[in-house]
Amino acid sequence: MAGLTLENVTKRYGELQVIHGVDLIIEQGEFCVFVGPSGCGKSTLLRMIAGLEDISGGSIAIGGRIVNEVAPAKRGVAMVFQTYALYPHMTVYNNMAFGLRQAKMPKTEIDTRVRAAAEVLHITDYLERTPRALSGGQRQRVAIGRAIVREPEVFLFDEPLSNLDAALRVQTRLEIARLHERLGATMVYVTHDQVEAMTLADKIVVLRDGRIEQVGSPMELYERPRNTFVAQFIGSPKMNFFGAGQLDPSAPEDLRGGGPDRIIGIRAEHLREVAEGEGILSARLELVEQLGEYALAHMIGDDGHEFIAKLEQPPRIPKGARMTFTARPDLIHRFDRASGLRID
Amino acid sequence: MTDKQKARIRHNIAVTAAWIVALVMFFPIFWMVLTSFKTEQQAIAIPPLLVFEPTFENYATINAQTNISKFAMNSIVTSIGGTLLAMLIAIPAAYAMAFRPTRWTKDVLLWMLSTKMMPAVGVLMPIYLLCQWLGILDTRISLIVIFSLMNLPIIMMILFNYFRDIPVEILEASRMDGTTTFNEITQIVMPLAWGGIASTALLSIVLMWNEAFWSINLTSNNAGTLVALVAGYSNPQGLFWAKVSAVSTLACAPIVLLGWLTQKQLVQGLTFGAVK
Repeated sequence: MAGLTLENVTKRYGELQVIHGVDLIIEQGEFCVFVGPSGCGKSTLLRMIAGLEDISGGSIAIGGRIVNEVAPAKRGVAMVFQTYALYPHMTVYNNMAFGLRQAKMPKTEIDTRVRAAAEVLHITDYLERTPRALSGGQRQRVAIGRAIVREPEVFLFDEPLSNLDAALRVQTRLEIARLHERLGATMVYVTHDQVEAMTLADKIVVLRDGRIEQVGSPMELYERPRNTFVAQFIGSPKMNFFGAGQLDPSAPEDLRGGGPDRIIGIRAEHLREVAEGEGILSARLELVEQLGEYALAHMIGDDGHEFIAKLEQPPRIPKGARMTFTARPDLIHRFDRASGLRID
Repeated sequence: MTDKQKARIRHNIAVTAAWIVALVMFFPIFWMVLTSFKTEQQAIAIPPLLVFEPTFENYATINAQTNISKFAMNSIVTSIGGTLLAMLIAIPAAYAMAFRPTRWTKDVLLWMLSTKMMPAVGVLMPIYLLCQWLGILDTRISLIVIFSLMNLPIIMMILFNYFRDIPVEILEASRMDGTTTFNEITQIVMPLAWGGIASTALLSIVLMWNEAFWSINLTSNNAGTLVALVAGYSNPQGLFWAKVSAVSTLACAPIVLLGWLTQKQLVQGLTFGAVK
């Protein structure tokens, strides 16, 4: 049974349409990440699933039941907000118990659930504190705890890590992954960070301007991006694009990949340095970013065209010197210049 | 002269000016209290007396002539009752405007405030007749209703501004948790805006306590407030300055005391939630 089904879902604010007919099936127990640049409609879509935004057209079904007209609390979903949105005047315990009390659940049952969730999230010691007395990471866990106690069919996360510092973000990301393992619940997660998307998702939905650009597993999106937008959005650093004329004329025809109506895409990590005359493109070294484990070489071609190569060792040549690169043919992506679509 | 010296001089001028303004504003109150301890002769003496033997004669006279505690009770009941009634209406209304706004919300707010610009005397006749028809002239209930209705726009405006400071995500979270609108107001909004609600209520009590126009026109001996009693002392039989001063002091004292004790909250209310 599908955990969540979106059928031709649209959202309009007066004249302005922000979601254009989204169709999507998220399986039971799947971890689905909505990713896209800001303003792409990912949060709006999540809020429509939550019931915080009305649906202008189409239908949303949770566990096979259409919920278009169902109140948020009765959809079997729980949401973790970007700003945590904890109740500042209540203790951690009451924050977590609030929803259950609204549902008139027996006190003993509430207590059992809250304590169990607190145990899972390691916040048992803070149950009597107010959110004010907690750190950002602890607040985030309370927000997650508030969702867990309701035992929802679907968890919704709206950029839950963006208010945390970098170290805590990595740690909390891991905790969310473990939580998903443990609960086996369907999770929908919104982020603009493609690293979060790649590491957490079973399924990534790339959105742009209220439309789905591609749906697939992280590796599908990485290996076979459907268009130039997805190709550049997934993977870090961004995929390099080249026009046909920007590759060495000496490169074999199959590597150069065709005429002027084509765009060639090669990821930075797939460029390999080779001796002059053996590669498919050469350029001058402009700048090196040292990251310890690897180095990013920022290159600039003769026509001013820039690209990045990811190297295991920093190049031992002066700035401005030439380097030549090649790539395995199966790691070269070809796109149509006009439509941006992948060509196989 | 250095810049620092110039700045210091500017600062001193500003402080002196502030003191002068404050003293000018305080002087009538000071004079009122002073006069209340004079005899009627001393009160009208020229040049005015600053040093004299204080007397409690005026207070004794007032206590003998009128049932002052009844007027005080009327003031308390009408200002607190009016505030409670106004809050009962204003809290849900401000909630609706702050969290469920429509495109007309701003216009509605402006329209409500605009009613405050109308002179009260413009509606004196209809309201008087209405009260007469309902048989509630010179009753506390009429004052409670009128006080609350008159102050409703300003109370709603202040509460609206306080409520808007509450992050909307918190209310959305409570909606996800399945609260009813009633619980959302009583368990989320009110506790979060408690400081604002309290200072608005205090301001409202002050406004209603000091309200003169309606208490003078709609009440007499039965439901008259302290403010109406003051007006009663300046009657055609003659003006008794010392006694008017004494009764005025009695009318002002409780509310000045309340204001002084709660001035922090009151300032918060008056700044319309602009500073938190």
